[in-house]
Amino acid sequence: MEQAGARRLAIDIGGTFTDLALETPQGRRTAKVLTTPAAPERGVMEGVAVILREAGIVAAEIDVLVHGTTLATNAIIERKGARTALITTQGFRDVLAMGNESRYDQYDLDIVLPQPLVPRHLRLTVPERLDNTGAVLLPLDEDAVRALIPVLRREAVEAVAVGFLHGFVNPAHELRTREILAAAMPELPITLASEVSPEMREWERFSTAAANAYVQPKMARYLRLLEAELRGIGLTAPIFMMLSGGGLTTIDTACRFPIRLVESGPAGGAIFAASLAAQAGLDRVLSFDMGGTTAKICLIDHARPQTARSFEVARVGRFRKGSGLPLRIPVIDMVEIGAGGGSLAHVDAMGRIEVGPESAGADPGPACYGRGGAYPAVTDANLLLGRYDPQRFAGGSLALHPAPSAAAMTAQVGSKLGLEPALAALGVIEIVDENMANASRVHAIECGTATEGRAMIAFGGGGPVHGTRVAEKIGIETVLIPKGAGVGSAIGFLRAPVAYEVVRSLYQRLSRFDAAAVSDLLTDMAREAEAMVEPGRLGAATVETRFAFMRYVGQGHEIAVALPQGQIGEAEVAAIRAAYDAEYARLYDRRVPGSDIEVLSYAVTVSTEMPKPPPPLADPPPIAAEPARQQIVRDTGSGQESAWDVYDRADLSPGSHLAGPAIIAEDETSTLVGPLWQARIDAIGNIILTRRPA
Amino acid sequence: MSNALSGIRMQIMWNRLIAVVEEQAQIMIRTAFSTTVREAGDLSAGIFDLKGRMLAQAVTGTPGHVNSMMESVGHFLAKFPAHTMKAGDHYITNDPWLGTGHLHDLTVVTPVFRRGAIVGLFANTAHVIDVGGLGMGPEARSVFEEGIYIPIVKCFDQGRPNETFFDFIAMGSRLPVELEGDVYSLCACNDQAAKRLVAMLDEFGLDSLDPLAEHIFTASRSATLAEIARLQQGTYHNEIGSDGYEQPLMLKAALTVLPDAIEVNYAGTSGLSQRGINVPAAYTRAYASFGLKVVVAPHIPNNWASLLPLRHVIPEGCILNAPRPYPVAVRHVVGQLLPDLVMGCLAQIIPDRVVAEGSSCLWNPPLRGGASVSGQGSANRPVIADFETITFNSGGTGARRTADGLDATAFPSGVRTMPVEATENVAPVVFWRKELRPDSGGAGRTRGGLGQVMEIGTKGELEFAVNAIFDRITFPPKGRDGGLEGAPGGVGLASGATLRTKGFQVIPDGQHLLLELPGAGGMGDPATRDPALVARDVRDGLVSVENARLLYKVAVDAFGLIDTAGTAALRGVN
Repeated sequence: MEQAGARRLAIDIGGTFTDLALETPQGRRTAKVLTTPAAPERGVMEGVAVILREAGIVAAEIDVLVHGTTLATNAIIERKGARTALITTQGFRDVLAMGNESRYDQYDLDIVLPQPLVPRHLRLTVPERLDNTGAVLLPLDEDAVRALIPVLRREAVEAVAVGFLHGFVNPAHELRTREILAAAMPELPITLASEVSPEMREWERFSTAAANAYVQPKMARYLRLLEAELRGIGLTAPIFMMLSGGGLTTIDTACRFPIRLVESGPAGGAIFAASLAAQAGLDRVLSFDMGGTTAKICLIDHARPQTARSFEVARVGRFRKGSGLPLRIPVIDMVEIGAGGGSLAHVDAMGRIEVGPESAGADPGPACYGRGGAYPAVTDANLLLGRYDPQRFAGGSLALHPAPSAAAMTAQVGSKLGLEPALAALGVIEIVDENMANASRVHAIECGTATEGRAMIAFGGGGPVHGTRVAEKIGIETVLIPKGAGVGSAIGFLRAPVAYEVVRSLYQRLSRFDAAAVSDLLTDMAREAEAMVEPGRLGAATVETRFAFMRYVGQGHEIAVALPQGQIGEAEVAAIRAAYDAEYARLYDRRVPGSDIEVLSYAVTVSTEMPKPPPPLADPPPIAAEPARQQIVRDTGSGQESAWDVYDRADLSPGSHLAGPAIIAEDETSTLVGPLWQARIDAIGNIILTRRPA
Repeated sequence: MSNALSGIRMQIMWNRLIAVVEEQAQIMIRTAFSTTVREAGDLSAGIFDLKGRMLAQAVTGTPGHVNSMMESVGHFLAKFPAHTMKAGDHYITNDPWLGTGHLHDLTVVTPVFRRGAIVGLFANTAHVIDVGGLGMGPEARSVFEEGIYIPIVKCFDQGRPNETFFDFIAMGSRLPVELEGDVYSLCACNDQAAKRLVAMLDEFGLDSLDPLAEHIFTASRSATLAEIARLQQGTYHNEIGSDGYEQPLMLKAALTVLPDAIEVNYAGTSGLSQRGINVPAAYTRAYASFGLKVVVAPHIPNNWASLLPLRHVIPEGCILNAPRPYPVAVRHVVGQLLPDLVMGCLAQIIPDRVVAEGSSCLWNPPLRGGASVSGQGSANRPVIADFETITFNSGGTGARRTADGLDATAFPSGVRTMPVEATENVAPVVFWRKELRPDSGGAGRTRGGLGQVMEIGTKGELEFAVNAIFDRITFPPKGRDGGLEGAPGGVGLASGATLRTKGFQVIPDGQHLLLELPGAGGMGDPATRDPALVARDVRDGLVSVENARLLYKVAVDAFGLIDTAGTAALRGVN
């Protein structure tokens, strides 16, 4: 959240590093410390001490603290959560295990499916049944619930999820079950599916409830401990947690619904990109974050990242869709593919180069690290094309070795295709760029939009190297490389509003629409969202947005349609229908005449108002930049080698401009300015790459 | 060097084509109206050259269309030669013998034009929810009773809808809006794919797909032949039983590995049925080819050249080569046994790469209620509101060499099921049970996947009907190498009465339909299974204490505690 003149601190716990960003009226300061997985608060406290010392302030001077963490995600991936039981409707013990009864890969007989977080012996059933309207077909057998108490004790269960069929329509049985259990076991954390994810589709809802219960004890313990330690060093500022949907919430809410924290790091990265887009006045953006093992792509329209309502965590099948556990929570919508600097290349039975998703990891790393890696990675291919200066990689802290790179490239790729190492490297780079371009295009289609004509914001270690070539493949002519993107997620946390999204299902057809019931529901939802935001808004004004999720009767995919504020009446219903038709036509070219529309669910978000970004600063007067040196680079388009100018980013200042082919080197990465591109530095210090006029 | 670069460019374009057909399939899923497409994924999408040869096919989709759609494009070109096609044309059929085997599958073919010249064709196939006739089920005695019959016609002529065509199909279906919407969706996804192809040809400066096609075909064919060459030449036999409609059937295969092909001969297979379980030859080739490919060459993309070396000799007059006008609506119930049939042959050559038999065919109960089942309601005798619905459900998949089979998972079909909550929102049915079926997985060193149990009634416990299409009741899935067979399927009432495996049957007031889906076969001697895995299964209630002792020779209590000495004694270990 932004407040003028305030001192704001963001902390992002990632898998390897804990990043910190401190913004004060004097400017921004960042820090990186190692994550301490066994006791994550230790790394956080160490980082806080470092950054406060460097800034010369004390904890009490901080006005706002924002925190995001991968702990919940890691607990699920590593299966280190609580011993969790699921209490569900008799006859439906295996909803979590059966999923949608399909295989995510049609041609792999050895396919592995994700195991549910709750084993079958802890999936416990009780007689009860509601129908689709919430009417009771079979009353809750309360004695059967009581009979589970000794089972939960005997099995030393640490957390419980309760999910009944149609429980989101009428939560009475779930509420009563919690009451009975809580009376006997007041310390037991209980998640109700109807509270954590009140939407139709039992597998996704129960899975979300089970995951929430699974991470809850660990997250609550950690968050309370961290809060106490921060208070212990004198911090008085409110503490906010970053949500996967891009908003902030209080620690109390985070402790109740920790599953909403799962993807907070990547969400921060997307908000970082969105804030850059706003600053630079870019309306339609594709953010491209290429790291060591994966590339993440997110679409950002009008400075707002695309959001989605479901997500898969802990994919077991090469990042394949369908190979993870489904979570139905608000998330920033991103596609992640196994393409990073460490992704390994090989040749398949048809003589095709394949890259990833297998990765060299940190150890041994790509062959060029000289630590015994025998398989060529994308980083090796970039080195063999001359894109890195072996002596200056990572600020000179990690010398690269071309000889083992060439040997690995020859053994795994070149010898099989009759290519010398540099040309094999060219093939590897073209394939990985093509893979990322294809993933971007398919993602845009799935979001009902296109990549063409967008601007790209490229970051992560690989984004600036691969950005322009990927851009060429997907019809993008402007690429922005931000400054100091190493702690982008943490900076993004500071740009997020305090917000909460409430989703509820209410099935209706538009032809028989009960506007009064919908108005009541929306009012109720807004009240719930406001209550969640109230403790954190600190007097800031709030805005409410409402969406209905609608489809033509019989269709499978819902479209989000914005709803007007206030009471819904007959006039509004007609407007909603028109808005739906227009949105459908925008997405799929044509409306479907004569078909009725069904509304499945509603979302209400209450969010603190974000200050409007100042208008983009005018471009500084151009200064011709002077290259620092030259480097022999092979161009992937022509296949030819030539001497490219190399510029040090530190030497460039706002207004500097240069023409490709060139490389702009910095400690963390290199920006490749392809032969078809030119670069300039904008008023804020971003590198702006544009296609050269033909 | 320019050679090297052009090789890399070919590969980039091949990848791009695969991405384009994947986009084509994703658009279809997003825009389709029929649950069969959007929820279940019963569809297929691909790109073809002007000779009707498939260059690439979307991975998304179901094996029933693997090469039946490919054959279909040839039929379109025979009727409408490429040079007669115009930009904006879309061609359609649901002819079971020119398409993919039953009237419910629509196939749409769309030519792609660049600079005024036709450069290729996109085709797709989707299973739509209703085409009139008797509806989904085996009861028809000829294809004429199974629904509207669309010969190969233009549904769009240079961008203009063929109103006569749309009028006919709208009047012929119980769900005209959905059917019409699906046709629009199929055409729209081909249009999108065509735009992508033209953009690709522009980017790479190509005037024709031919050089790329040759590259794809050469690489795919040699890779497929290399895989075939690894197999021991010879002829291998297998047979598999099906419940049939009137009487049990036997499917027989003689698989011959040749130097440059695998040929399967189905001589000896039972004759035709009078009901809709007959299989047109194209569908036989599709599922049998899938069964061969998933074992022999799973990583080679589907295209004309990679499928060419898989040959099928199907005698006329057998149930796997049904001629028109035999009824064929539920050809999947027999056709989906074909992968198990051919894998049983391959198991004799490469036992390590083949799984045990599984539940195989989907258990999709078409449910219907209301006046057409119960007549007009009255005060004395209420009748449920008219409804018609179907859900997709699966038994277990066969045990793998190194891992258990998958519980309640579709194979060979590639479809997904839908939530019970969604089904109960569109029809007045109540599922009282849908969960795994203990002790149904065939015992083995690795266990077969479990089947599931479903118990279905209606709101108010009123009468309804099922049009049964179930199999593997008389012939449960077999195990391999000493693994035991999976539990056979069961069709009946919850109160105990048995129903027929196929055909229209009424579930009276107050009664529930009970479906017990088959478990899959196990692999290897059960007495060699890791006792810890047996104990886990017992603790999870997937295997009973009794079966642990009897079949696995493990002494274990209900909490999974192993009696080590007792187990040693049972297993005869000292």
